[in-house]
Amino acid sequence: MMEAVVVKDLSKVYDKDKTAVDAVSFSVEQGEIFGLIGPDGAGKTSIFRMLTTLLLPDGGSATVDGFDVVKDYKQIRSRVGYMPGKFSLYQDLTVEENLNFFAVIFNTTVQENYHLIKDIYMQLEPFKTRRAGKLSGGMKQKLALCCALIHKPSVLFLDEPTTGVDPVSRKEFWEMLKKLKAQNISIVVSTPYMDEANLCDHIALIQSGKILSVDSPANIVRSYPEDLYAIKAENMRSLLKALHQYNEVLDSYAFGEYAHVAFKDKHPDLSKIRTYLEQQGVNGTDLKKTEVTIEDSFIKLLKN
Amino acid sequence: MNWPAAQNEAIKHLAMKQFSIFIKKEFTHVLRDRKTLLILFGMPVVQILIFGFALTNEVKNARIAILDQANDPASHQLITKIAASKYFETEQAVMNRRQMEDAFKRGSIRLAVIFPANFNNELLHQHNAGIQVIADASDPNNATTLTSYVTAIIQDYLAALNKTGQTPYRISPEIRMLYNPQLKGASNFVPGVMALVLMLVCVMMTAVSIVKEKETGTMEILLVSSFKPLLVIASKAVPYLMLSLVNVASILLLSVFVLDLPVNGNVFLLFAESTLFIITCLTLGIFISVKTSSQQVAMLISLMGMLLPTILFSGFMFPIENMPVALQLISNIIPAKWYYIIVKAIMIKGSGFNAIWKETLILSGITVFLLIVSLKSFKIRLS
Repeated sequence: MMEAVVVKDLSKVYDKDKTAVDAVSFSVEQGEIFGLIGPDGAGKTSIFRMLTTLLLPDGGSATVDGFDVVKDYKQIRSRVGYMPGKFSLYQDLTVEENLNFFAVIFNTTVQENYHLIKDIYMQLEPFKTRRAGKLSGGMKQKLALCCALIHKPSVLFLDEPTTGVDPVSRKEFWEMLKKLKAQNISIVVSTPYMDEANLCDHIALIQSGKILSVDSPANIVRSYPEDLYAIKAENMRSLLKALHQYNEVLDSYAFGEYAHVAFKDKHPDLSKIRTYLEQQGVNGTDLKKTEVTIEDSFIKLLKN
Repeated sequence: MNWPAAQNEAIKHLAMKQFSIFIKKEFTHVLRDRKTLLILFGMPVVQILIFGFALTNEVKNARIAILDQANDPASHQLITKIAASKYFETEQAVMNRRQMEDAFKRGSIRLAVIFPANFNNELLHQHNAGIQVIADASDPNNATTLTSYVTAIIQDYLAALNKTGQTPYRISPEIRMLYNPQLKGASNFVPGVMALVLMLVCVMMTAVSIVKEKETGTMEILLVSSFKPLLVIASKAVPYLMLSLVNVASILLLSVFVLDLPVNGNVFLLFAESTLFIITCLTLGIFISVKTSSQQVAMLISLMGMLLPTILFSGFMFPIENMPVALQLISNIIPAKWYYIIVKAIMIKGSGFNAIWKETLILSGITVFLLIVSLKSFKIRLS
């Protein structure tokens, strides 16, 4: 089976010396959800724009659906769906008008592929005469997804579709992506949220234009070399300071309301550590072993 | 089976469908945006009215004084004529020169006409009479205008006099106010306002509306579709072409019915030439939109780079003949200059196409040049 997207040593340089994408390689299988995970400014949008033929690469090559992003841009443009990072529909047109407009522009009708957008559009239906600019953030994203889907694309590119969207809508949005995947649409999605990484089949962790790791989320977590412990304290700053000074500690960092710690010893003596922390005057510690998450892997990869 | 032909038909049909929904979308944008609507249709009306009634160099109801030292039939006839003019409001109270000077100083009169004693005698027997016209030249434009009104009235009177008598009383000089005997200000500015409004509407609106698509990111989606990028440009141009023609019509209606300035030439020719100029402006707007990426910049360039040269170099505000040679040369590349000449010729002189074919050719040349340049620089990608 042919891969949906193949990227090989793809590079993009702005203003002659600002490298936004640095020899990135990965491939996306047909019918999978592939996530580009990384912070703002990591180069995700540049990769998306090169794959959707909006930008010319400065090095390397890429194919989408077997078509070269430079040579065969016309074929790619008529078969992919693209949802840019910021809301890019006509704010002064209504929900219905936007959808109809893009259906015609993409050489189809709303009726023809209604089954694809039905689940999403049903939620939008009550607001179909409302102008797109007056919709809530989550609704806007759903409409944008409908517009990107209306021509039944073979590959769907979603650039940070859930940024600035409330948690409930985010969850719903990912449910929709799963349904689309079931229709054999390949999806490339970028996100700065680590918790969304687990919902992808494969992910690429990306930082400063470089890919740190490409694998399934489970494999990335599994390849984390140490056991990880979580400690909670009233005063996070003094806790981190104490852990930092402790020579048995390999790595420690704040993680939500906990601090995550990895020890040099494979089987560390937890009571010894508790005593040490008490001596340091860090109260209320709650030390326990914890599951490694994608975020931990990402932090680990960043430090190497 | 004639497959390719059928396929071509299908593609053509699709392109038309896409084209028409795009144009419909453009109209929706304009009609839903009150501010744009106001600029689009309010501006021509406001400009015509402002130029027509407020900013005109035509002076109405100027207070003048008449010192009639002659008090004979000739002076009476002339005074009646001057008093009948709607440009003047005659103040009869002034009795002598001292009072007149006071009135000038107070600013209660702008101009004084003094008939010398024996005015009638001199005119009838020497066939040449003197008359003194004194104007308050602290406002030079005003003074020139007023004196020319008075001169016009005197000429008029002499012309009537000469018709009846066998020997001419005086050789009438060539009439200065050709095509505009009453010095109607409107005749000059209506073509100017047309050039200005079309320049503003077409260049700025087109540039801004294309750049807006870039700025809001909708251009990205349009590019990543089967829609041809050039169709985006064409679909932007068509609605503004139509709206601009509506503007031309409204300006002409205002000038005919409100300002009493008829279209002397062929209206269809005027519309055809206007369409040509609109296309020139649209290509300029497209060119700006290709080169800029934010609405503010596009608007600034349209205003500073297009509007200013239009006002300066079209000959509408400042006569080009009086400019240094370098500036005169620059004025040749300003499309509005040629359009201004064309409209003046058709509207005021009533000329036909044979009088303006040269200007039309130059304007077409500029348009084709701009069209090629903007199509060449149009990008099918983001940068």
